[in-house]
Amino acid sequence: MKLDELRRTERAVVTGLDAQGAERRRLMDLGVMPGVEIVAEGTSPLGDPTAYLVRGSVIALRRCQARGIDVDDGAHR
Amino acid sequence: MTVDLPIPSAVSPLAETPAASCGSCTLHNAANLKRLGLHVDGCDAVVALAGNPNTGKSTVFNALTGLRQHVGNWPGTTVSRAEGGFSLGGSAYKVVDLPGTYSLLSNSRDEDVARDFLLFGDPDVTVVVVDATRLERNLNLVLQVLQVTGRVVVALNLMDEARRHGIEVDVRHLSRELGVPVVPMAARRGEGVPELLGRIADMTSGETRVRPRRQQALAPVVARAVDELAGQLSAEFPGLANARWVALRLLEGDAGTERAVRDGSLGDLARQQTARIAS
Repeated sequence: MKLDELRRTERAVVTGLDAQGAERRRLMDLGVMPGVEIVAEGTSPLGDPTAYLVRGSVIALRRCQARGIDVDDGAHR
Repeated sequence: MTVDLPIPSAVSPLAETPAASCGSCTLHNAANLKRLGLHVDGCDAVVALAGNPNTGKSTVFNALTGLRQHVGNWPGTTVSRAEGGFSLGGSAYKVVDLPGTYSLLSNSRDEDVARDFLLFGDPDVTVVVVDATRLERNLNLVLQVLQVTGRVVVALNLMDEARRHGIEVDVRHLSRELGVPVVPMAARRGEGVPELLGRIADMTSGETRVRPRRQQALAPVVARAVDELAGQLSAEFPGLANARWVALRLLEGDAGTERAVRDGSLGDLARQQTARIAS
């Protein structure tokens, strides 16, 4: 599934990134990389962006960015 | 009778001079520390302070220099570099406090300041301040810095907060894995400051043996390309530090690096960074 499908307070493990180049680099610098646990912390009033907790810090991602991140929420494990 | 050991606090310089025999002792280091504030002319060594945002770099800076660089518990408090100095064991050190950065590869204004200095300023020692409570995230930058220099001391800061959260860090193991010294600290209480000073001094004098953890060897075809490009870069920009790092960025197709090479600003950058140290 994609990260943007994760609902508030749900957690999942990052399995892959579609982003390329500078955006991919930035995401990985912020800790979003395969194997890392990520939690949907909250959504802004308009539903976008969403705050995610990753490696001890909260970061905000736009929906289009979250859509490019593959996650596994353990539902089919 | 109880003897109060002089606790090496960040506040008061210790009055007593210890015997000469304890030159390697941390209390001795603290006692000999002279904070020079802004008086950093003619320094013997340059120490860069790097780290993720909000890890306490400026607190460490203030503890070393006696300055009152603005600190705040939020990211982005330091947006340009601040400089100060201290003297220890007869040597004068210049300390450069850099804005927080997650990476040497990102491209925001304040992160550029940090990156340019670390890459092209060629500091004698780079202290990477890391948050003991968010170690995993912080090690990203440590590993990147180790790629460009082995003269690194890791300041494992916020140990007081880590203890409060029940986090224990195996400092010796971490140091062995990274191949450079790791100093546990709680800089806002002055904890670990004498030890950090000792490590900085040892690193400067060349006493510390480092084995910086580096990425595995590049594929032969990439390594050849890097060698070739780095050679050309060094010929074009004499005195350029980290030509290999620049070559790798070019091979990645990094637009900013390409521009800096094309318009020659890479050479200016290298000159500026080293000129400002010499002044």
